[in-house]
Amino acid sequence: MNCIIIDDEATARAIMVQLCGNIPDLDVIEEFSGAMEAIKFLNQHTVDVIFLDLHMPGFTGVDFVQTLKNPPKIVMTTSDTDFAVSAYEYEAIVDYLVKPITLERFEKSVQKVKNAMVRQPSSVSPSGASQVGEDLYINIDRRLIKLKFNDIQLIEAKGDYIDIKTEKEPYRVHTTLKKIKAKLPEETFLQIHRSFIINFTKIIDIEDNSVLIEKSVVPISRSNRPELMRRLNLL
Amino acid sequence: MQERPNLDYVEELANGDEAFKAKFIAIIKEEFPLEVAEYLDNVENKRPRATSENVHKLKHKFNILGLHEGYRLAVRYEEDLRLGDTTLEGDFKAILETISDYIKTIRP
Repeated sequence: MNCIIIDDEATARAIMVQLCGNIPDLDVIEEFSGAMEAIKFLNQHTVDVIFLDLHMPGFTGVDFVQTLKNPPKIVMTTSDTDFAVSAYEYEAIVDYLVKPITLERFEKSVQKVKNAMVRQPSSVSPSGASQVGEDLYINIDRRLIKLKFNDIQLIEAKGDYIDIKTEKEPYRVHTTLKKIKAKLPEETFLQIHRSFIINFTKIIDIEDNSVLIEKSVVPISRSNRPELMRRLNLL
Repeated sequence: MQERPNLDYVEELANGDEAFKAKFIAIIKEEFPLEVAEYLDNVENKRPRATSENVHKLKHKFNILGLHEGYRLAVRYEEDLRLGDTTLEGDFKAILETISDYIKTIRP
């Protein structure tokens, strides 16, 4: 999941970046001190969530939300509490954080965003792949091909591309492992190496530092091994 | 004013991340004096609306630095300014001076 931060105060932006850094699958792709630069950015990039300061000089957060045609999920941040009711009038606004924001409260907010995204997934993304419900659409030669999550066996990073191995055939998509990881359900997919994401349900066996998925042997990196072992239903 | 500025919140967020703490201190050392200067300029030139905007921004830093009583005073002052009432100007300035002195003592 990627996000941008919009706040006219540098200290507030630094705090938000730090909070986001505590969430493993949340990437801050840009931060802005003003709304106009953010609007330009949003015209060219797909963003999953915006952390938006409500009170900015000349252009409030609510003004900002009103300018967006297809707003992503928005979490308002402010030091006031009395704007909360009006902020929730907008469907895109999923939460409202009062500064100073604690990590515990921030984590709850990110969970709210995730829940809202499951209920109302984002549309086609320019990053090569987009998620709709239980499917993933990949963009190959201007054609959107639907892949069911359950058909994906593993994904391998190949430079500027990724190879998606499915039960039927392999696909090569121009995107990064990091971007597709954000689109995959966490309960099914797991990154076990810097170049590999696997469908956890497709594991046949695990031997030493590798996993067998169908006929593919996938390496497990030392840093990812503990998470893999944690998720195994060991006898 | 009984309470003293501190970095408790920042340290809690940093959770041992010294780079973040250093970054935060560097930013507040740069940003706070500029915001105070802008506030004082608006006070001097009797621009209550702009002054209330400055107070709004500054009060967030009161909270970050653990000045919760100061924050509540700033909330009242901000509201008063919108009505043209500057009674709390002196108290607010005293908090700004406390923070300014404190910021000079912290190092990234």
